[in-house]
Amino acid sequence: MMQAIGQFAAIAATALFIFALNWMNAPTTARRGVYAGVAGMLVAIGATWIQPQIVHHGAILIAIAAGFIVGIPLSRVPLTAVPQRTALSHAFGGLAAGLVGTAEFFLWQQEGPENFTTFRMSALVVEVILGFLTFTGSLMATGKLQEVPWIPQRPVTYPGQNVVNLGVLAGAVVLGVLVVVHPTAPWASNAFLGLAGLALLFGVLLVIPIGGADMPTVISILNSYAGLSAVAMGFVLNSALLVTAGALDGSSGLILSIIMCRAMNRSFTNVLFGAFGTVAKVKAGGEQKVWKQESVEGAAQLLEQANLVVVIPGYGMAVAQAQHKVRELYDQLTKRGISVKFAIHPVAGRMPGHMNVLLAEANIPYSALVEMEEINPEMPQCDVALVIGANDVVNPAARYAKDSPIYGMPIIDADKAKTVLAIKRSKNPGFAGIDNELYVQDNTWMLFGDAKTVLGDLVKQFVGGGLH
Amino acid sequence: MTGYWSMLFVFVLATFIGLGVIRRVSRLLYTPLMSLTNAISAIAVVGSLAVAGGDYPKLIRILGAVALFASMTNIVSGFLITDRMLKMFKKQ
Repeated sequence: MMQAIGQFAAIAATALFIFALNWMNAPTTARRGVYAGVAGMLVAIGATWIQPQIVHHGAILIAIAAGFIVGIPLSRVPLTAVPQRTALSHAFGGLAAGLVGTAEFFLWQQEGPENFTTFRMSALVVEVILGFLTFTGSLMATGKLQEVPWIPQRPVTYPGQNVVNLGVLAGAVVLGVLVVVHPTAPWASNAFLGLAGLALLFGVLLVIPIGGADMPTVISILNSYAGLSAVAMGFVLNSALLVTAGALDGSSGLILSIIMCRAMNRSFTNVLFGAFGTVAKVKAGGEQKVWKQESVEGAAQLLEQANLVVVIPGYGMAVAQAQHKVRELYDQLTKRGISVKFAIHPVAGRMPGHMNVLLAEANIPYSALVEMEEINPEMPQCDVALVIGANDVVNPAARYAKDSPIYGMPIIDADKAKTVLAIKRSKNPGFAGIDNELYVQDNTWMLFGDAKTVLGDLVKQFVGGGLH
Repeated sequence: MTGYWSMLFVFVLATFIGLGVIRRVSRLLYTPLMSLTNAISAIAVVGSLAVAGGDYPKLIRILGAVALFASMTNIVSGFLITDRMLKMFKKQ
């Protein structure tokens, strides 16, 4: 009877999870998706908890309470910190999978060696390797995104890095095969702990060479791994519910990774083993063009005379927390009948969809947010392209400079607008360390300074200044 | 043997459903999508619950309890932050 309830609950939870993701196809129904997800989760937890083999309730209550104590503050972080929160949650997902796998292994060794079939043991090894590498890899990503002082944000590379990385992974796999074949050997426990340790080490090594610009892809890949480790746990525990939910998460991470890779014109292997951002080729020679600086007054006049303004936000906008000032400028311009659109590059920011969330937070209606493919044909009609803290995603070099690390990456055609206004914090090149010729074009005017301050000054021109 | 095969079967079918459903998700919502799928995949909580609450040696139950804490954190923060972000998306 209890078992039937458990099975029925699992089916109900699976259906609710699929509905939850289905409702994410439009902002109007998306919140319903959250409720469906919560309902599915409650059903699944309840049905597991009432099973007769659960006898120790105290520890469960404490762990759940601790989950709430840590989880609630984590859900209140500023939206600029959402990428690191997401990376941290991948770490927790990986940790849970790795620990449950470890617990099952020692449990079987002590009381149930009949469980050591080749299939379950292989799934368990996959679960532990994926879980632990996701754990440390995601922690590293969290540290880099949070800009923790002792974790270098810049890619760290050294000669023979890929050989070392693959060697560590191969070591873990070899130990895994040994444990699968001889799970009850006297040395099996040590071999198991060894493979867990190597997986933890591999996660760190995997993310060390990755820089900020690649974070959207890396977060998506780690998302996929976290899902797959849940799938492996499902195989170990013989639970269709875990397999399904893990597969949904895994395929979501996979799709996002593919979209991110395409948006950078790079392959998975290239992201993981290519150490983007270290190729800081500063091209000497050729005539050095200089940028033209514009005053805030002049920029405000340009904006006021425009019919169509396209704002192109990048990570710099998030760093400067400038999204609310962007909203004020948006209000001033739309009030004057100027149409304002926001061009969103898929990899703008530090995770998929990051810019959309920041702009939505600033109350900019989502109907004004336009994808790269849709805005590009309109760019020649655009009077002013306002680039805020974006760099590589508007660099025309991506179209033709074959030796550039961003060659072939699809970009937003800011350079085709009639006038370009670019707000930039410093005169240094961007993340990839490449010069951006957009800034020295004949029709480009630079506004140097913190995005929030510059935008604030611009808004003042419209509110109190000479513009009416 | 059938058990394993039907599990693999479930995995393949679920992946296809996942790919089909996720492909239709609005691009505006990729960040909330990731926090939602994260909360959903914390369904690993049922595995942690069984290990933490079963009649097992203490050390094993401790591993289970830590895993349960990690999954629970993902469930709570994942659903809450997804809802918080989705509330911000307005048409006008």
